Amino acid sequence: MPLQISQEIVNTILEQSRVEYPDECCGVILGKAGSDLPTRLKPMINAAHSPTFYEFDSKDLLALYRELDDNDEEIVVIYHSHTETPAYPSRTDIAYASEPGAHYVLVSTRKEIAPENEFRSYRIVGGEVTEEEVVITSIGK
Amino acid sequence: MSTPIIEVRIPTILRPYTNNEKIVSADGASLSEIITSLDKNYPGLGERLLENGELRRFINIYINDEDVRFMGSLAATLKTGDSVTILPAVAGGCM
Repeated sequence: MPLQISQEIVNTILEQSRVEYPDECCGVILGKAGSDLPTRLKPMINAAHSPTFYEFDSKDLLALYRELDDNDEEIVVIYHSHTETPAYPSRTDIAYASEPGAHYVLVSTRKEIAPENEFRSYRIVGGEVTEEEVVITSIGK
Repeated sequence: MSTPIIEVRIPTILRPYTNNEKIVSADGASLSEIITSLDKNYPGLGERLLENGELRRFINIYINDEDVRFMGSLAATLKTGDSVTILPAVAGGCM
């Protein structure tokens, strides 16, 4: 099952990764519960403020889950950037992937690929990484 | 005074331990007792929350709206009516 996502959201995430460089950027894309469609982009603060690590602040995380409950939404995508390495899940990414229903999106700002963009999506379940196709839908929803 | 009975919200990734229940009950006046109670009813759950007797770094536990790290961690106290929420951290990196 590929990740279906709008070009607008993809562009916004890529821009966020450039703006927050040299730190890793991160966030989620939410959608209606059960839909598997990422429609609402929500960048999150990287509480680690690090070029090699990201973490959502624990208070932000609780607020996010409360919001999901209130809005009958689910986390469809969890994304973050790799600043100097490829957009592929690292050992750490795999170890901490705790949302089995989510698509894990990685982008990269590494210079070797500029001006190309790297935007890739994976399922990470039980320590196993499976890359999936990214299908760009039209601008907007 | 009887031991508080506390509602505990379980994240998706830990629901295999709780027969897929999203909300379960546990008894305890401290977080430590709550975890013991959870592990008694749902064997193996304790080990996902604790390492060497301490709360795991990348598991967030909240009593009502507060992160237990600011309430004494395992020593955090609870009263009837309190709600505990468990959320694995969302984290990762390039290594």
